[in-house]
Amino acid sequence: MTAGSQEDRAMGGGSARWPSLAGLIVAALIMAAPLVWTLALSLKPNAELLRGTQTVFQAPYTLRNYADILGHSAIFRWLLNSTIVSLGVTFGVLALSSLAGYGFARLQFPGRDLIFVIVLFGLAIPEQSVIIARHQMFSALHLHNTYAGLILPGLAAPFGVFLMTQYFKAIPKELEEAAWLDGASHFRTFWRILLPLSLPAQATLGIFTFLSTWNDYWWPLISATNSDMFTLTVGVASSQMNFAQTNGLGFLMAQAVFASLPILVVYAVFQRYIVLGASRAAL
Amino acid sequence: MARSRQISAAAQRRSQAWSGLPFVAPYLVVFAALLIYPLCAGVVLSLHKADLFGGSQFIGLENYVRLFRDQVFLRSVWNTCYFVILTAPALTLIGLGLALALNRASGPSALFRGLFFSSSVLSVTIVTLIWRMVLVPDGGLIANLLALAGLPAIPFLSDARLALPAIAITTIWWCIGLPMMLFLAALQQVPRDLYEAAALDNAGPWRTLWSITLPSIRRTALVVVVIEVIMQFQLFGQAQIMTLGGPNNASLPIVLYIYQVGFQRWDIGYAAAASEVLFCIILAAAMTQFLASRRRERPGP
Repeated sequence: MTAGSQEDRAMGGGSARWPSLAGLIVAALIMAAPLVWTLALSLKPNAELLRGTQTVFQAPYTLRNYADILGHSAIFRWLLNSTIVSLGVTFGVLALSSLAGYGFARLQFPGRDLIFVIVLFGLAIPEQSVIIARHQMFSALHLHNTYAGLILPGLAAPFGVFLMTQYFKAIPKELEEAAWLDGASHFRTFWRILLPLSLPAQATLGIFTFLSTWNDYWWPLISATNSDMFTLTVGVASSQMNFAQTNGLGFLMAQAVFASLPILVVYAVFQRYIVLGASRAAL
Repeated sequence: MARSRQISAAAQRRSQAWSGLPFVAPYLVVFAALLIYPLCAGVVLSLHKADLFGGSQFIGLENYVRLFRDQVFLRSVWNTCYFVILTAPALTLIGLGLALALNRASGPSALFRGLFFSSSVLSVTIVTLIWRMVLVPDGGLIANLLALAGLPAIPFLSDARLALPAIAITTIWWCIGLPMMLFLAALQQVPRDLYEAAALDNAGPWRTLWSITLPSIRRTALVVVVIEVIMQFQLFGQAQIMTLGGPNNASLPIVLYIYQVGFQRWDIGYAAAASEVLFCIILAAAMTQFLASRRRERPGP
């Protein structure tokens, strides 16, 4: 981030600096207020919230709502489902995209460039326009309410193939040619030379795939109808359906906080790769 | 010896006209089975009257004719366009504003960036849970603030005129991280000597912004607008959870309509036709923007 601070000096507008800082602070308050509000509600006794929410920022506070989550076993099942599905899609996408990226970037087969263009076209297909036929197909194959059924559609996304192909194309060819001349097979060349070089791209692709699978609402809502197979995203939605009549408002909010913890931890740990991925997408 | 080795390597390469196939085949199988096949099957389905019980009858374009006479569908198309107009420009401008401010501010900039992006990693179901408790007239955050000012509560989600704007505000809060990140990345790529030249010319901050910064990030601005238009056209979860499309279909987007027709009324052929229309609208919107931007760029300064 030294580039950023250099730029501050280059742009160092004395007079323009204070308005922009003030704007940032206002925006930050708007951004943070709903989060603080939710956190505060989650720490209030349900009985008190039934009488009204004016007293949210006054004691007493309690951890009772969080203790109740621990006794609510369904959420742990959903957490497990989300973990299995998100990791399955992430590793599947990484494997398929790296292999295909290497094939498209470096190797030959008839119709290669045409097929690559068709795959790119796939980027323009919205999930919603394939959903009806895909749902029927998965019904016929009895894949609804299974992990395979939740994981497979995520593997078809062309973005990873596009990303890895571009990445492999940018790696100098000389590196593999030495290996080729030594008689290494294509797979060995890929495995020993190109794959290690592509780890930064793998990390970016992996974290984006993980986040988007974890947060996906559309496909699991349609495919997982059995509450044992809900992912966390669908499960949290199902438990707020009777929002208006709830007498466990504090509990509901504690559930929101609890359900966002895993993904916030993942975000905090991998933040660097998210920034990296965004900068690559912008260029 | 090195030479003969090279020749044999070349021969080997020539004989490997199919060498890439084992690498791309696994992905292509998945791609064909789970994306291309359902896409084509969806088009075929849209030409049939089909229901849950496997009854299916070819009816040509009748589903499409029915769609363009269906007041609820037309309402959902208008709602979706209105929603895109409410969100995509706002996301682009606010994202740009935040990025410019963050690019300038040193010190706490990483903290701000983390905060503005944090909502983007939350799932739609958590975001809607948070925002329903902000918007609800009975004890919500905004209602409490209004009460402090002695004002009556506003029933955002049950008022036909306010439901979609309220969902738009929720969506802007949720999605602001990505445009901000994209603009920040682009701002860091603006060549530093341009700023130095501007400083030598005694250009003020606004002049520098207008004639150096903004022209340099034009391409990113286009990317952001296209991404946001495509993403916001697919509005679903926020409306499904916060209003169920109501009141009186005032906040019903196309995707929620497809969901209701396809998975609650099980009128599968009709839902497939609606989803093809959505596909065409998104494609057309993206193409229009792309072509418009090319035409604007060609004359140039």
